[in-house]
Amino acid sequence: MEIKSPAQTGSAVAEASHEDFTEFKQHVHRYLFVFYALLFGTLATVGASYIPWGNHEINIGVALFIAVCKGSLVACYFMHLISERRLIYGILMFTAFFFLGLMFLTLSAYLNFPLDTVTPYGH
Amino acid sequence: MDIPYTVEARPDTGLYNAKVGIWLFLASEVMLFGALFSAYILLRVGAPAGYWPEGWLNVPLGTLNTMVLITSSITTVMAWASLKMHQFGRFKLFHAITLLMALTFLSIKSYEYHDKFTHFEILLKDGRFADGHIIERAPDHIVIHGRIVNDEKALYNLHEKHIQLKEVTIQRSQIKSMERYGPWHNTYCALYFTLTGLHALHVIGGAIVIGFLWGPGSKLWETDPERFTNRVEVSGLFWHFVDLVWIFLFPVLYLL
Repeated sequence: MEIKSPAQTGSAVAEASHEDFTEFKQHVHRYLFVFYALLFGTLATVGASYIPWGNHEINIGVALFIAVCKGSLVACYFMHLISERRLIYGILMFTAFFFLGLMFLTLSAYLNFPLDTVTPYGH
Repeated sequence: MDIPYTVEARPDTGLYNAKVGIWLFLASEVMLFGALFSAYILLRVGAPAGYWPEGWLNVPLGTLNTMVLITSSITTVMAWASLKMHQFGRFKLFHAITLLMALTFLSIKSYEYHDKFTHFEILLKDGRFADGHIIERAPDHIVIHGRIVNDEKALYNLHEKHIQLKEVTIQRSQIKSMERYGPWHNTYCALYFTLTGLHALHVIGGAIVIGFLWGPGSKLWETDPERFTNRVEVSGLFWHFVDLVWIFLFPVLYLL
């Protein structure tokens, strides 16, 4: 999207500026929709945490699912990832790979936790 | 000599350089916070049953802070969109709100930190535990607003319905040791202060940059509006990342 200097004048520029203006007006409506969705998501996260699902793991799963949805909205629309260049996607794919690797290493460390580990609490 | 590709896209990347730079930086930030999150997961699942704190943080304040950051995110993106629509006055207004939101977030966080640093766990000589905020200090006694429990484990779950806090007077001669709820108190507190402290440093850093672009840095709009708009976009990407991190921190620390 080309930006024109505030000092620039002329009918061609004015016409192009009008197109930019209309396009960004539409973007603004989308941003507002995402904003309301994020506020709703926040309240939903808090509300869901008080629901006795019967298993605490379900509470964790629901809260993280909503957080992932909210995070995706921020990344896709506020950070414009939905219409970004390939290079950025490439950088993020590398990041996701190493991030998941980090989480997997953590999980594997837990699975190898020595069974006879003594804690200060005697458990 | 001018710095190349501050406005026009580099032919091989298709992007101006600062945008590639900020995304590479954010990738490193993902790994930084990812390492801390993985530490949280490992320490939490490895904690003995009943010894992981529940309900220690103020959920309404955390919710309010989440909404404050979300609001700052939309004002940031609206500030950038305003520049794209050549509305400099609206840019100034939206970014002023962003700065106000950042200040509000930090104020609420400071209040929460203060609450933790004035909260004490007191081991008594008879083996019981007193827990609460000190409201009076005298040479021979202290008064806390809190409670006394027989087992330390009872202090970990504050979701219990029957907990009643009241003023409790404790003779100093009864006290074996006292400890604030600082980062040194236990694993949860260490993680809480590390994660939220690092996040708060990011909020401060982002606010400084946005404050510069709102104030003295905004002169660039007069001479090179495209470059200024790109600067606002890059700072906005960082700010949205800070918001994104908090979106995960909030449920993990406050609700689960």
